[in-house]
Amino acid sequence: MLDLLKEPVLAVQEFVVLGGSAFRNIFRKPHYLDDVILQMDTIGVGSLVVVVLVGLFSGIVMALQMSRALAQYGEVEKTGTLVAITLARELGPVLTAIMMAGRNSSGIASELGSMKVTEQIDAMRALGTDPIQKLVTPRLEATCFMLPLLTVIADFVGLFGGWVIAVVKLNLTSRLYWNSAWQALEWNDVAQGLLKPLVFAVVVSLMGCFYGLRTTGGTQGVGRSTTQAMVAATIMIFITDVMITEFFVSQGAS
Amino acid sequence: MPETPSPSILRFENVTVSFDGEPVLRDVSFEAFEGESRVILGAAGSGKTVLLKTALGLLRPDSGRVLAFGKDLGAMREAQLFEIRSRIGMLFQESALFDSLSIEQNVAYPLLNQKSIRCPASEVHGRVEEALDFVELGGTLEKFPSELSGGMRRRAGIARAVVTKPPLVLYDSPSAGLDPITAHTIMALLIKERDMAQTTTILVTYRYQDGNLMANFRYNSKQGRLEPARQSGGPLPRTTFMVLREGRLVFEGDQDRLEATADDYISKFCKQRE
Repeated sequence: MLDLLKEPVLAVQEFVVLGGSAFRNIFRKPHYLDDVILQMDTIGVGSLVVVVLVGLFSGIVMALQMSRALAQYGEVEKTGTLVAITLARELGPVLTAIMMAGRNSSGIASELGSMKVTEQIDAMRALGTDPIQKLVTPRLEATCFMLPLLTVIADFVGLFGGWVIAVVKLNLTSRLYWNSAWQALEWNDVAQGLLKPLVFAVVVSLMGCFYGLRTTGGTQGVGRSTTQAMVAATIMIFITDVMITEFFVSQGAS
Repeated sequence: MPETPSPSILRFENVTVSFDGEPVLRDVSFEAFEGESRVILGAAGSGKTVLLKTALGLLRPDSGRVLAFGKDLGAMREAQLFEIRSRIGMLFQESALFDSLSIEQNVAYPLLNQKSIRCPASEVHGRVEEALDFVELGGTLEKFPSELSGGMRRRAGIARAVVTKPPLVLYDSPSAGLDPITAHTIMALLIKERDMAQTTTILVTYRYQDGNLMANFRYNSKQGRLEPARQSGGPLPRTTFMVLREGRLVFEGDQDRLEATADDYISKFCKQRE
């Protein structure tokens, strides 16, 4: 029984150590600015299209679904309110982060995993660089910078999608839609809408790096850690989402 | 043999390394001196690569001590190890070139990243070209590792290992997976590096021919090729053979003793000579 628990406990410990040194390196020299910018491009700019699409469709679907529910109470003009709140609080951060987990956690894991199995990580250490400083920290920084930005973009594109439905299908005026959307958002919503992507960014990048760096067993191992990274990142996104939501809900109630 | 006056460069004292409780190096002790060549023979899985990685401090021994240049690696933190590693060149088994960097950037990597080397930026390009010319890969600066053949990648790996002019170079199976002609070219480069830069060399291999070349040939810089050391009249290169079997050091001595040994496992290596 104890032996069964040993491995997961060791893995958690390894993850905490990795995360700790990745964060510590943010304040330590040398800084690999080139790598940070390169990662911002692959992680951020590279994900833009998919994030815009996800934002747009979730806005459209929310407007369609909510209008039906609201019609029962004769409050169709509140569509903007509901779209804005659901996007800012939940759908924007969570859907964007899940797309990033699928695209970037797995991408990072397969890249670092291939480097691990071809001894490039060892070579890096032999040639005078700390792999955590050179590979993990730039990915952490780039994701923490880009994911909140992408989330904000997804939120706005989603609101735009909702607006198209509101005007074309529900016959609401633009003014009514945007006013209700704008007035619905409180400080609490914006705060959790920006805190969530920051936390998810840590999850997405560190999960990818963690599974990538502990890859063993050749190309097959790379495939395995790619899948594991994506699944683990997605699960962790949901768990941290519940925790942050619970915190803000109790804040809002008091 | 008279007592050697050369300083010790690498010393293993009862080193044991294990993975998941399974020892892969068991109680290995040896000492390599300046200017010496060591050929470590062993079958796949005998712990050859692990031995080299332990010598670099990439792996930590479970027990025993590793001393490089007289300093105990076990007592050092990762940041302190970088200074020692900058004095050791290493060719990894599959070259381990960085895929995302060009050959020029790969070879320049140790010059730019080893803190203790402090190569001025203006000199980097010249030294990279010099190192690539040394391995006869002058025209490939802009290419990426995936565009090169296996033998060329191995040569670029050698250039990256020796560009900082380290006094000790470790080669992990440099001829593995290459055709006989390319393997010979690679070995000629190793001997060229040893004889021209006077480096201490540790060569890990499963091919006895590689060790034989190391022990009996010298690089003739005038003719640009290898020649038998006896022919050139100079002393034979100081070469020690070691044989690893399942993590244990089962033989240490010169070539004559190696060939005279009655042990079945050890003599199997010598029989591949032809």
